Amino acid sequence: MSSMKTSNDSLLKAALKDAFFSALLTLVLTSLILGVKIVDINTGLKLEPRFWLAGLAVALVFVGRFALHMFWWSRKPRQTAEKKPARSLFPKIPNFGKYAAPVLVFAAIALPFMPFSDRYIIDLFILILTYVMLGWGLNIVVGYAGLLDLGYVAFYAVGAYSFALLATYFDLTFWECLPLAGLLAATWGVILGFPVLRLRGDYLAIVTLAFGEIIRIVLLNWYSFTGGPDGISGIPRPSFFGLEFKRFGEGTFAQFFGLEFSSIHRIIFLYYVILTLALITAAVTIRLRNLPIGRAWEALREDQIACSSLGINTTTTKLTAFAMGAMFGGFAGSFFAARQGFISPESFTFIESAIILAIVVLGGMGSQIGIVIASVALIGGFEVFREFEQYRMLIFGGAMVVIMVWRPRGLITTRHPSVRLHPPDGPKAATARETAS
Amino acid sequence: MSEPLLKVTDVETYYGKIIALRGVDIEVHPGEIVTLIGANGAGKSTLMMTICGTPRARSGQILFDGMDITKMPTHEIMRSSIAQSPEGRRIFGRMSVLENLQMGASIADPEHFDANLERVYDLFPVLKERHAQRGGTLSGGEQQMLAIGRALMGEPKLLLLDEPSLGIAPILVRQIFDAIRELNEQQGLTVFLVEQNAFHALRLAHRGYVMVNGKITMTGTGDELLGNEEVRAAYLEGG
Repeated sequence: MSSMKTSNDSLLKAALKDAFFSALLTLVLTSLILGVKIVDINTGLKLEPRFWLAGLAVALVFVGRFALHMFWWSRKPRQTAEKKPARSLFPKIPNFGKYAAPVLVFAAIALPFMPFSDRYIIDLFILILTYVMLGWGLNIVVGYAGLLDLGYVAFYAVGAYSFALLATYFDLTFWECLPLAGLLAATWGVILGFPVLRLRGDYLAIVTLAFGEIIRIVLLNWYSFTGGPDGISGIPRPSFFGLEFKRFGEGTFAQFFGLEFSSIHRIIFLYYVILTLALITAAVTIRLRNLPIGRAWEALREDQIACSSLGINTTTTKLTAFAMGAMFGGFAGSFFAARQGFISPESFTFIESAIILAIVVLGGMGSQIGIVIASVALIGGFEVFREFEQYRMLIFGGAMVVIMVWRPRGLITTRHPSVRLHPPDGPKAATARETAS
Repeated sequence: MSEPLLKVTDVETYYGKIIALRGVDIEVHPGEIVTLIGANGAGKSTLMMTICGTPRARSGQILFDGMDITKMPTHEIMRSSIAQSPEGRRIFGRMSVLENLQMGASIADPEHFDANLERVYDLFPVLKERHAQRGGTLSGGEQQMLAIGRALMGEPKLLLLDEPSLGIAPILVRQIFDAIRELNEQQGLTVFLVEQNAFHALRLAHRGYVMVNGKITMTGTGDELLGNEEVRAAYLEGG
């Protein structure tokens, strides 16, 4: 009984002490940030005291810290058997990806015809799908090959500007430019790849970050060619096999199908374009993962020296990873330009790279489904919190910290081997043999 | 004696300005197990890595099967029927055992995949049991087996082993050394073995070299070296 009391006493003491120091720290931090406000007056600036706000913050931290100590952190640890950590977000469902993928694809196809789908919803999902595609593209570089790329937005920009410039200067259509944009972005991927071949980790990250900025700054300053900060406007809209989405004129989409003209047709069409592009990205990535090149990427992520000791050419392996990732970034960029009709360097800032990287990391590096979930959460979340524009980054950062504490390796961490010994549909190691070449 | 399979002639290797190998000569003949012993930092691993092309030899010549590989890029050297189990094993920790083995097979004829896999599983049955497990979850000894198995999947003529006994339980060391002997006796595989564990290595090997400070100081059959006073004093007793 008495020992119980002393343990409670010491807990109380410790909690009070910790709460006090936390409050003190809060006071230091908030005294200037919250405690005073700078106001514009006619003669200049004036400091307006708001000590009650700082005081409130200090009080909140004190009470919160104390409560956490008393009621949350002091709980008895649960039995070890219960505590066994779940390996993935959906541990109860075996082969979650196998079932989730078709369901998600079906839902995505059906979305525009749902009763709740209005222009806003479809527009939002176009945006989300663009980020899903960018995430899948970056996943090749970061998730599979393990090359930390902080300048991925550069390829997005290359794709967008390729289409915009080709369309303005040479009158090419979206569908003609799409492969060209992918090709150009892939070329830039290789151009970035060469100087960073020998770099890894932090150093690689710094150089890729710089690369992203170089592209943006060139676009910003090459006024005669790119229009600089004015951007490029009047980018042509994609057509549906030559049928344009216009209200008037010959050979329009609505006329051909005998429909009443509606601007939603074009939105739905764009939705399906990005959905198709994203699905192509996924299909190619999944296929590549089971091919020797995909396995070489993964092996490269694990151990570069072991790779070269197994006869794998690490140079070409890295360059193909950069090129493939960049290509999909370029496709997404073209689509972005076609959807917006206007692009400027402002759309391709570092924060875009950071968001795409966040999607890949949050989703769990290398997980396709994880990236979808992370994109919906992140981009959808941005939309939901649009009202709180000012606090958006705060919430974003907070959510990031929470997820990294709670699930340090991303939402979906299970990795399915690309080869099994007894494939259900064939003789032993048939898949292995088929793809071993 | 027959043409050597691997012939290292007067090789010098530097790390920047620091010399690591001072004119090394080594020959490995087909069907032999040759070991290189020496103290920490003598340059054993450097020699093995130089044969693989990283770092590159600054002077001298390395011939493999009559072909000059001194200036070839690493991945091409490894494609010419030399396989290596690198120091510290370096298996792919997040990939399954089977995937690791498959990575080793990327330079071999895909037609031989099943047969080679069977051969590796016969040699190290534990790998078959654990084929679906992630490489990183294996014990040190099993990882070493996997590293050797992965190297064998490439159908090498010459197997380079860098310290296979490093940090492994004695019973597994025995098992691994027995497997190397079996490979050599039954399949005629030529093995070049770098070891600090001089006693086991010399008992296994047909011939041995002793390296001190980047130089070969002694050579002889395994038994000769085991009986040699200097070798005993420096590497076998109390060391």
